[in-house]
Amino acid sequence: SSATEPPPPPQTVEKVLVANRGEIACRVMRTARRLGIATVAVYSDADRAALHVRAADEAVRLGPPPARESYLNAAAIVDAALRTGAKAIHPGYGFLSESADFAQLCESEGLTFIGPPPSAIRDMGDKSASKRIMGAAGVPLVPGYHGADQDIELLKLEADKIGYPVLIKPTHGGGGKGMRIVQGPDDFVDSVRSAQREAAASFGIDTLLIEKYITQPRHIEVQVFGDKHGNAIHLYERDCSLQRRHQKIIEEAPAPNVTTEFRTHIGEAAVSAAKAVGYYSAGTVEFIVDTLSGEFYFMEMNTRLQVEHPVTEMVVGQDLVEWQIRVANGERLPLSQEQVPLNGHAFEARIYAENVPRGFLPATGTLHHYQPVLSSPTVRVETGVEEGDAVSMHYDPMIAKLVVWGESRNAALVKLKNCLSNFQIAGLPTNVAFLQELAGHNAFERGLVDTHFIERYKDDFQSTSAKASGEAHDAAKLGAILAAACICKKDHITSEESLRDKTLSVWYTRPPFRMHHSAKRLMEFELDEELEELSDELLKLLVTYKSDGGYFIETEDGSSPGFDVKVDGRSENDFRVEVGGVQTDVTLAFYSKDNSKHIHIWHGKHHHHYRQTMRAEHLLDDSSQPRQASEGRSHPKGSVLAPMAGLVVKVLLKDGVHVEDGQPVMVIEAMKMEHVVKAPRAGYIEGLKATAGQQVFDSSVLFTVKDKSTN
Amino acid sequence: PRPGSARAAAAYRSSAAASSSSVLPDALDRSSDAYARNAAAVGGLLSDLRSRVSQVLGGGGAGAVKRNEGRGKLLPRDRIDRLLDPGASFLELSQLAGSDVYEEALPSAGIITGIGPVHGRLCMFVANDPTTKGGTYYPITVKKHLRAQEIASECKLPCIYLVDSGGANLPKQAEVFPDRDNFGRIFYNQAKMSADGIPQIAVVLGSCTAGGAYIPAMADESIIVKGNGTIFLAGPPLVKAATGEEISAEDLGGASVHCKISGVSDHFAQDERHGLALGRNIVKNLHLAAKETSIHNSACDYQEPLYDVQELRSIAPADTKQSFDIRSIIARIVDGSEFDEFKKLYGTTLVTGFAGICGQPVGIIGNNGILFTESALKGTHFIELCAQRNIPLIFLQNISGFMVGSKSEASGIAKAGAKMVMAVSCSKVPKITIIVGGSFGAGNYGMCGRAYSPNFLFMWPTARISVMGGIQAAGVLAQIEKNNRKRQGVEWTKDDEEAFKAKVVEAYDKEGSPYYSTARLWDDGIIDPADTRRVLSLCLSASAKTVPEDTKYGVFRM
Repeated sequence: SSATEPPPPPQTVEKVLVANRGEIACRVMRTARRLGIATVAVYSDADRAALHVRAADEAVRLGPPPARESYLNAAAIVDAALRTGAKAIHPGYGFLSESADFAQLCESEGLTFIGPPPSAIRDMGDKSASKRIMGAAGVPLVPGYHGADQDIELLKLEADKIGYPVLIKPTHGGGGKGMRIVQGPDDFVDSVRSAQREAAASFGIDTLLIEKYITQPRHIEVQVFGDKHGNAIHLYERDCSLQRRHQKIIEEAPAPNVTTEFRTHIGEAAVSAAKAVGYYSAGTVEFIVDTLSGEFYFMEMNTRLQVEHPVTEMVVGQDLVEWQIRVANGERLPLSQEQVPLNGHAFEARIYAENVPRGFLPATGTLHHYQPVLSSPTVRVETGVEEGDAVSMHYDPMIAKLVVWGESRNAALVKLKNCLSNFQIAGLPTNVAFLQELAGHNAFERGLVDTHFIERYKDDFQSTSAKASGEAHDAAKLGAILAAACICKKDHITSEESLRDKTLSVWYTRPPFRMHHSAKRLMEFELDEELEELSDELLKLLVTYKSDGGYFIETEDGSSPGFDVKVDGRSENDFRVEVGGVQTDVTLAFYSKDNSKHIHIWHGKHHHHYRQTMRAEHLLDDSSQPRQASEGRSHPKGSVLAPMAGLVVKVLLKDGVHVEDGQPVMVIEAMKMEHVVKAPRAGYIEGLKATAGQQVFDSSVLFTVKDKSTN
Repeated sequence: PRPGSARAAAAYRSSAAASSSSVLPDALDRSSDAYARNAAAVGGLLSDLRSRVSQVLGGGGAGAVKRNEGRGKLLPRDRIDRLLDPGASFLELSQLAGSDVYEEALPSAGIITGIGPVHGRLCMFVANDPTTKGGTYYPITVKKHLRAQEIASECKLPCIYLVDSGGANLPKQAEVFPDRDNFGRIFYNQAKMSADGIPQIAVVLGSCTAGGAYIPAMADESIIVKGNGTIFLAGPPLVKAATGEEISAEDLGGASVHCKISGVSDHFAQDERHGLALGRNIVKNLHLAAKETSIHNSACDYQEPLYDVQELRSIAPADTKQSFDIRSIIARIVDGSEFDEFKKLYGTTLVTGFAGICGQPVGIIGNNGILFTESALKGTHFIELCAQRNIPLIFLQNISGFMVGSKSEASGIAKAGAKMVMAVSCSKVPKITIIVGGSFGAGNYGMCGRAYSPNFLFMWPTARISVMGGIQAAGVLAQIEKNNRKRQGVEWTKDDEEAFKAKVVEAYDKEGSPYYSTARLWDDGIIDPADTRRVLSLCLSASAKTVPEDTKYGVFRM
């Protein structure tokens, strides 16, 4: 009676474990939920309350925060799947997504690995091997050396043969980690050594390959998809040329300024590449396009779902995670090559916690204010964090991906710029302002992209420099004026609302009463340049409460004409301000950090950040011992601070020795990127105590350079 | 409640109010000569007033202010601003006290006093101005300090003393030190108020020398600022003279000494701003039971007057002889211009009635001419009504006096006036007096002049105050002089008489000026007519009684 229905095919995914964190884990779970598939999250101790954990039906602890002990711990992940009865594992991107061993382990434990076959991962994971296979399959390759012999002299000979500039890359891994461009033979050996170190730290294997370095390249990649029935198609290309530190920050689909013919050719080449390794599931074939010759060469294949897959989804109207699950279930591809549509244009901007003026160094901190733009069918915000969450040093500092779609490239670009200016983050430095500048750059608007774009136009970008231009300075001053008005309004509302005895409300009517004069308030703002080394400008504003309830705000020294500002409260931190008959919405955010009160304001397309140094009055501590000024900027002259939190990899010099200006002193690694700490001037090193393997904190004093040796 | 219901209710109320007979008519002829004349005259008076005020706001002059700033110190009004709740009002008292009283200028009498809320609690501020004669106490300084304490005591307001004073002004010691209402009274008041449960808080921001040392010492809680604050009975020079001990001010009576060793002060402040922030914190932690919500309080929801308060500047009579309807003032200070008149048809030279000011119910008594026997009886009756019902009283003075003459005397105007004085003196409700025009003779008494201890008394710039008009006084004095001369057989020419009269008129003119009054603290300040409603609302709020007091009268002469 009960056994009339046949059982479902055993491989159908009903419950999936997502072996990842952050936005991609959330994104995979979203599709799973839509398909009625139960979800299991895994987490490290740092992520116990993270969004991806809360988004899942169940969550299993993996281990301590370091990735090696949590998200890279294959045994713990497989165990979590077995404990929760998840029969499938989606690896996301990064971590174990391109580990053939992990895919193999899943298979041997009877779990479905939602991704390509382990053999394809292995083939494509070894860059030298992959190039051999591609060469055999007729996919064009960049001239280079891909041999197993890693003898440094041999490598150097090969480099000479290819001709400088050359590119050194680890044979395993990706994401720009361990890559070095070598301009001439003199730098070659040092570069190889450091690349080997970074490769070993990131991927566990330090073999390198050498290629011709193409001076004006575009990075164009093709989304491919295969099924277990031998079908493979492509879903068009993405241009990912906008990169800093060899990492993509703005991607788009389709690639601008390419012909249909080119599109067809590169797509076919990508499909050939996939077929050559018996590929199924989602993959990306990356090509380097020489803009001078128009040639494209195979670079590598990423055997996973890419970070930037949403731009493809937006233009083809498909859910690639759903496709992955269906392929994993043994289904055929939902569309044939001819059926794949290409509609409109999509951009993705990657929003990172990073210090742009400090050379895009990764940053950490708390998202004291986090208000992304609202999602809609044409605007996607892929994020794994919420207000109050921290971006820690353990993982990738990406906060969110902003994905927009428009009928045309122009329409999508308008939307991108608008969304970026309304993307509100405060609490840590981000690249939002820089992304705004990129999106608004004339050459980018015309689609004239290549991977050196940012370097070439660096002088056009203000957010990359520590010093504000005159125009930016004026905007910052206006921002401070608006912020002052909003704070006065907010304080007024707060004191009125917190009034227990309502009969006293007559004391809080606007404007505050003064006998025969106007109430005034002096407010101080430090213009924050995100750089601790610079002494920030202090802006003193004098607010006069006007009889109409508005404010007249001028600089205390009267150096520039004042503004009449009217403010209407919208909600706690949202206001509509009126200056000179023009009304604008503004948002403020407040938080305290490092003995300062921080104030952020978003107005128009501007975002400004100010600080008010907390004085004794804010601490309300009447102890007679002044506080330790450890967090302040009162470091002695010549102090060199850690540019970021990280691990000391190498200490190159001894304490007390003489250094030249700019001489490397130590190497710090954070987010798997190495940063060389150099002497800011010539002198003698003092107080250098750090040793390799030691953890240092952001802005902690590493050493001091003194004029005279104290020894 | 439904959204919009409040507005609907307000609309209903205003339409009901418009049809109600209690709404005062506009009754202002904006095209009249008097209107224009008054507007021009008051405009002139106000600009004079503002220029005097802006002068005293500058404290003891640019040099002293700069020196003060150099020590990391703020001006007293800025100190008060930092203690007040952000965006809150401050009712400053007797801004122009001390003007032209002494040879030397003494802006604001060297002390700033006033009322404002801190953490939602009204407090009385008393702040020395160190830029004015080192914050030393002149006789008028003492008077202003004591007046602030009197108001605080009456209204039960916690006192915050921002101390920065060299103590009694030595050259003037005879008028400062010994008498009942002299310097010593300050500490007596502190003791009495503390005993009454009115918190006494001192923030020592500068020196507190000699007698001044008792202000923090007598306080319930005190704060002292490192570096600037010192408390000692005798400063280093006097110590050296007396005992030969050489010691710095900081070591003798600085923050460390008093917070760590002597216990004279309780809280150690790193700097002035820290000290002021600590002051706010003390008020936050007072934890006095919040003033009980008075039975009458529907305060938050009220209508503004129907007519522009700015027009009060054109109603104020530039010439006290010129009569006007006091109702045109009432119409511009009460909620919705609604005024329920009492005994409208009887004793019509005195206008009495009920109204609200920012939701606070009040009884208003205003002059509309000379006081007759009936007017005085009506006033007495109305004061008794308000006292019975615990309704605060507002007196709008514009009074040339009680009616004289045989008919008036025979009607018993003296005993009618006495009744009104009895009622005013004994009624235990908050009383606020505004002198809008003349304030002459016994009219000043019956209408709750300074001697009758109204909680607050303010003047319009158009006010005149004296025992009688200058011309009348000149007439009386000339008559007496003439009789004297006649007895002595000395000739007194017409010219001599005119010169004599002119001198009297001139003296009365000078002494009847609101500036003469306010300099000597006969009032709590001169206000802009347009601020009247605002000031009244603040005064009413400050003087609102937690518990109604029973009124007991003396013997009314019948």
